[in-house]
Amino acid sequence: MNPILELRDLVKDYTGQRALAGISLSIPQGSFFSLLGPSGCGKTTTLRLIAGFEEPTSGNVLIKGEVVNRRKPYERNVSTVFQSYALFPHLSTRGNIEFGLKRHGLTDIDSRVADAIRLVGLMGKEARRPTQLSGGERQRVALARSLVLAPDVLLLDEPLAALDPKLRKQMRTELKAMQRRVGITFLLVTHDQEEALSMSDQLAVMNEGRIEQIGSPEEVYLHPRSKFVAGFLGAVNWIEGVGVRPEVMRIAREEQNHGSKSFPATVTDSVFLGDCFQVAVRLNSGEEAVAQVHRSSPVFQPGEAVHVCWNPADEIMVS
Amino acid sequence: MKRWLGLYAVAFFAFLHLPLLTLAAFSFNSSRFTVWEHFSLDWYRAIFRDRQLMEATWNSIIVAIAATLISTVVGTLCAYGLWKRGSRLLTGTLYLSLVTPEIVTGISLLALFQWIFRWLHWHLGLYTVILAHVAFSIAYVVIVVSARLRTLSRSLEEAAMDLGANEWGAFFYVILPALGPGIVAAALLALTVSFDDYVITSMVAGVDSETLPMVIYAMARRGASPVINAVSALVTLFFGILIVISERVREA
Amino acid sequence: MKLRFWFVLPTWVWMTGLFGAPFAIVLAYSFLTRGYYGGVIPPWTVENYQRLFDPLYLTILLRSFLMAFAATGLCLLLAFPAALFISRSPKHKNLYLQVVMLPFWTSFLVRTYAWLFLLRDTGLINTTLLKLRMIHGPLPLLYNDGAVLLGLVYAYLPFMVLPIYATLERLDPSLPEAAADLGARPWATLLRVIVPLSRPGVVAGAVLVFIPCLGAYLTPDLLGGGRTVLVGNLVQTQFTTGRDWPFGSAVSMFLMLLVLLVVWGFLRRESELFT
Repeated sequence: MNPILELRDLVKDYTGQRALAGISLSIPQGSFFSLLGPSGCGKTTTLRLIAGFEEPTSGNVLIKGEVVNRRKPYERNVSTVFQSYALFPHLSTRGNIEFGLKRHGLTDIDSRVADAIRLVGLMGKEARRPTQLSGGERQRVALARSLVLAPDVLLLDEPLAALDPKLRKQMRTELKAMQRRVGITFLLVTHDQEEALSMSDQLAVMNEGRIEQIGSPEEVYLHPRSKFVAGFLGAVNWIEGVGVRPEVMRIAREEQNHGSKSFPATVTDSVFLGDCFQVAVRLNSGEEAVAQVHRSSPVFQPGEAVHVCWNPADEIMVS
Repeated sequence: MKRWLGLYAVAFFAFLHLPLLTLAAFSFNSSRFTVWEHFSLDWYRAIFRDRQLMEATWNSIIVAIAATLISTVVGTLCAYGLWKRGSRLLTGTLYLSLVTPEIVTGISLLALFQWIFRWLHWHLGLYTVILAHVAFSIAYVVIVVSARLRTLSRSLEEAAMDLGANEWGAFFYVILPALGPGIVAAALLALTVSFDDYVITSMVAGVDSETLPMVIYAMARRGASPVINAVSALVTLFFGILIVISERVREA
Repeated sequence: MKLRFWFVLPTWVWMTGLFGAPFAIVLAYSFLTRGYYGGVIPPWTVENYQRLFDPLYLTILLRSFLMAFAATGLCLLLAFPAALFISRSPKHKNLYLQVVMLPFWTSFLVRTYAWLFLLRDTGLINTTLLKLRMIHGPLPLLYNDGAVLLGLVYAYLPFMVLPIYATLERLDPSLPEAAADLGARPWATLLRVIVPLSRPGVVAGAVLVFIPCLGAYLTPDLLGGGRTVLVGNLVQTQFTTGRDWPFGSAVSMFLMLLVLLVVWGFLRRESELFT
């Protein structure tokens, strides 16, 4: 099956700065894809190139196999949900949602709008203006406004960043469910690794204008191919050149033998976080590490002599 | 200290408003002297019988409406253009037009027109007044509309284009409506400034194109007639209504 | 987007044609000679600028400067307490602001005429004082420098209130509280904390008042009679009854120079105040 969106060696330069140094990826139709990376890594630039707000310095953007580099945003069948939602303040919810339909001269506006409103759960709020809506409701309007046009790809620029943490978790599930229901390809840009891991079918980790790794959430988390990717997706302890995640480390009072690696260490701190303990240790070899242990484990005091151990199969090895 | 401040504030507000209030009050005085006789609307009736005054008012209205329409359109487009990409030269020129003393603007426009008339053999008239009024109103419109534009998110235009509108459509269907109240406020400001102008108008108006401020000035120079009080009261009322409308629109 | 070129074009055309070109013409005229029937003729000369240094005209320039200075100072003294009051009111702030701004939004001519009505020999003040037998003959309140000063202050007072209010409004309320906490009495807090911190607003207000006062024409004309001649009046007479356009142009250019100097000085200080 042909990918719905392809980027080939995309480069973008601004005066004095290279924002993208050659990005290539291929996104299959109907998937939920994320671009993950720290601020300044080029993920938003990539999004803007796909949407058509900027032109690439070199390389190609292909939608359904066609090169669209020179096409204006209104000539591409992709739609963007902006980080600020960019709702039109002078239009009601209904007005915002119909906007794109009217500009495209499509018929059957009322029923399409009604479907979109039902999809995002905004029944009863059609007449409200953006200032009369909550943050979460505004986000739904932005989604509905774009989805109603049935774009080939829906681009989302850090859509959950403006919401408060509780709402964020709820919206993650909803967004994922929405994507499954409508079957449209979603491309999400975020710096939050939890978001990317929980929602995506595939994700690309970006750093300084390059893609470091593409893969499924499990692949990227369990088998990162670089120190950067390992560190960005979660906490890592580096011990003797090998990466060990806190949650696969165990703390024991005696040395463990059967198949696990075991190192003697001294506890330096132990913090109770409610669902787990975070135990900081210093290995006798001098390296420091943090282990995350279940709350049912015995309580360790600073200064205690212990052993840290893990299953070698859980190790992260990077070149 | 609070009490003194409060007393001062009352005196201050009184100082600002009493001159105008007494002016208006004496417009209802039947006598033409500043000693109260009895209530009368004679002076108001005199206004409508004064042919020169009526013509001048009509001229002022025509000029104000024409100048407001032109300067609002030109100024709004300019504010939008500057919002997309600033131009220090243009912005500087507009601000320069605001700090230039009115008398200097007036004589320079007179010099321009007379120089042109040497070749074209035209004369000063209502049209020169309109041209002049647009020249000094544009800066006001640009300032008011620019202030409003700055409250709009830049993604609005991108969102519009993302949804299928081209550059012109983004301006027409999204930016312009979102600016609505700002444009009305700018237009009302231009209307006020144009209607009230004396100095520049007096330099560039033709013999047949007297405006209301010019007539008021001439009457004030000649001597006291309570007709001026009445005219002043009406003008103040008119401006007051414009301000109230402007505030209401701004709240929308 | 080339669309934005068309958007600013009309303004460019208008400003060049009806602001830039007139300016250039006046600048040119200032170096020419007065014609026999008014108007201008060659030869080119700097005589008009030399005339500015004639004591007669220097006096006028100096008086204009002093008048503007005095008006600005008075506005400052009168406006500051009012701005302070408004910024301290718990509610109705906007109402007070509107009350202050309301006279400003009425006709300038009417506001100036109001003082004519009050101050003249047959004006309200004199007739009231006469009736109360406090004076025996009308006081010459009009057609002098004092009346002009009063007119200017009255006209531009709101221009001083607003910037000062804006600065006071943005003042961190915990600063005067900290001063009181450290032992300062209300007056000391006012003079040593609030007034110094209000400087940006004061400077802005001073510029907003000084510049129009410098170039004032209508107020000295109506309220000063023929006796108070400021730069604005000088320019106007040269272009009308005086029929000396080149000299009038030179005076105008000099006035513009003064205005630009004030603006430039303000802009330089502005950036200093904020760095």
